[in-house]
Amino acid sequence: MADNAKLPPLPTGTFSARAVAWSKKNLFDGWFNTLLTLGSIAFLVWLIPPLVNWAIVNATLEPTIEGCAEVTGACWGFVNANLRLILFGTYPFEEQWRPLLAMIVLMGIICFSLGGVKYPSFRKAIIPMWVIGVPIIAILMWGGMLGLTYVQNSYWGGLPLTLILSAIGIIFAFPLGLLLALGRQSTMPAIKTISVVYIEVIRGVPLITVLFMASVMFPLFLPDGVTIDKLLRAQIGIILFTAAYLAEVFRGGLQAVPRGQFEAGDSLGLSYWQSMRLIILPQALRLVIPPTVNSFISMLKDTTLVVIIGLFDFLGTVKLALRSDPAWTKYYVEGYAFASAIFFLICFSMAKYSAYLEKELRKGEQR
Amino acid sequence: MKIKTILAAGAMSVAAIAANNAQAGAVLDGIKAKGFVQCGVNTGLPGFSAANAEGKWEGIDVDVCRGIAAALLGDANKVQYTPLTAAQRFTALQSGEIDILSRNTTATLTRDVKLGLTFLGINYYDGQGFLIPKALGVSSATELDGATVCVEPGTTTELNLADYFRAKGMSFEPVVIENINEATAAFFSGRCDVYTTDASGLASIRTTMAPNPDDYVILPEIISKEPLGPAVAQGDEQWADIGRWALAAMIEAEEYGVTSANVDEMKSSTNPGIQRLLGVSPGMGEALGLDEEWAYRIIKQVGNYGESYEKNVTAKLGVERGLNALWTDGGLQYAWPVR
Repeated sequence: MADNAKLPPLPTGTFSARAVAWSKKNLFDGWFNTLLTLGSIAFLVWLIPPLVNWAIVNATLEPTIEGCAEVTGACWGFVNANLRLILFGTYPFEEQWRPLLAMIVLMGIICFSLGGVKYPSFRKAIIPMWVIGVPIIAILMWGGMLGLTYVQNSYWGGLPLTLILSAIGIIFAFPLGLLLALGRQSTMPAIKTISVVYIEVIRGVPLITVLFMASVMFPLFLPDGVTIDKLLRAQIGIILFTAAYLAEVFRGGLQAVPRGQFEAGDSLGLSYWQSMRLIILPQALRLVIPPTVNSFISMLKDTTLVVIIGLFDFLGTVKLALRSDPAWTKYYVEGYAFASAIFFLICFSMAKYSAYLEKELRKGEQR
Repeated sequence: MKIKTILAAGAMSVAAIAANNAQAGAVLDGIKAKGFVQCGVNTGLPGFSAANAEGKWEGIDVDVCRGIAAALLGDANKVQYTPLTAAQRFTALQSGEIDILSRNTTATLTRDVKLGLTFLGINYYDGQGFLIPKALGVSSATELDGATVCVEPGTTTELNLADYFRAKGMSFEPVVIENINEATAAFFSGRCDVYTTDASGLASIRTTMAPNPDDYVILPEIISKEPLGPAVAQGDEQWADIGRWALAAMIEAEEYGVTSANVDEMKSSTNPGIQRLLGVSPGMGEALGLDEEWAYRIIKQVGNYGESYEKNVTAKLGVERGLNALWTDGGLQYAWPVR
């Protein structure tokens, strides 16, 4: 039971009197806070009206260059006219329903998997869903069977590519990172050394270097006539890179689990893998949800770097659209604003889900 | 920037080792087997190769690949495109990821010899120039002593700029900005007196980015040679020949006035040059290992060089023919004769 005596008395009086009291306490409490409040108000007055004028009042949606030339505000017509190029890149125009459908399938599986926290009955179906879903996505994107024309993955682009690179990246980097974290904790010297060297080397170089090596140097070391797909090389680069960071996140979680828990596992006669799976990891992973999601969000944003190896992720297709006609090039602010809005939406959803997940998993402790 | 240069140099030296290992006929056989030409293009340079609103690649460099596909495979659409950055392009060619590189690439001795490339010809003569506001009151680059110059780093542009000013004994203050949008915005806001890049780029920046294009002029001096052309890997001479003569056929068609619209009528022309080009008098196709209609299909499906130039460069960038006019009109485009 909460102690009511400790709560401050409820404010009384008219609404305006309460408003004055509230603002005195919260906004004008001392000269420093008064200054901050006035400064913030001035900033918002300076910022908001021109921004609204630019983005809404004086803006146009008309998808022509002429229409945009007539207005003083934002030319959302650029996004409107090139929406399909921005969303799907150079994927063949008549076939763009395929990446759209693939994206919907992918989002569906992801939402279903995430729902497993709330609805335990979902959990058994998660792995079968991925096992069936990923080939469906692959068939939709590549084609070459079931009457679908074959589409090389040098034509993939836009939002589907960003989502695929991120989703596949997370799915593979997670277990690899986990193994590396366990390897680093291991008492076997060979495994420990390999893990430490791997983690430190990969963390020691920027992702852009990994991608660059994968794309420019690596093909030259392959035997003649053997080429590994550019997209696959980039995807592997992203997985290897993210795994190294995740490994350190997971190690933090493992170290935070009290020694006694490991010993409890041993005393129950569980094998190493049993005690990891049943006792240690559930606790360790729950502890590191925030930094794990942090890594995922930063990985999603890092996928935009694939533009340096000639792949068009969502940001890349915005650039592609800007160059589709030189007359559009000057509307880059609108293009980038649109891209950042979409990226914000995705990253914010991930952050919200992580907060929800933490709350759900802490219920056991609150009781 | 230095790191990029070092990496590129590293890539080049490895590429040199990897060069010369393509077996004779291997590329051509590969193309025939898969049924399309894999063409490396720019990731987005309007007029040369850029995706249109439907995501289809268009441009003068794209047309070269389309022409070759029309000659070899009978259909200009039998091309698959691989967009490449400047750093990737040579590796992609050497590793066999692409069959032909048509990506506004300057033909130079080191690229031809050390990287093991074969340039098929020049489809665009470019060169570095200067864009200035009229208000500056300058009519020649020799009057630019002490100017601030906006320049993008990493290409030969920056080096050419320094070379030119040093050779003329003039000083300048570079304003180096990585991103083209920011660089041009800086120039048009008056941050620098001069903007420099390749002439084709200057013209398009002036027409599309300037608040009022009439307030800006391009100075007459061109300070570097940038002959841009398609290239293939050394080792498959027959494939290189087909590419070289497909490009030559496009230029020669313009010399003869053969266009995609009149190519059918031109088949009954009495001009022996046109008869040879269009396969009315046989021999050319056979020599290349193709059928006799090879050049007819290029012109019918893609158009001659002038049509491609008008459709892409003039329409998109507003750049006149200039150096790229036919030699008969005072330009440099001069096709080796198809005979």
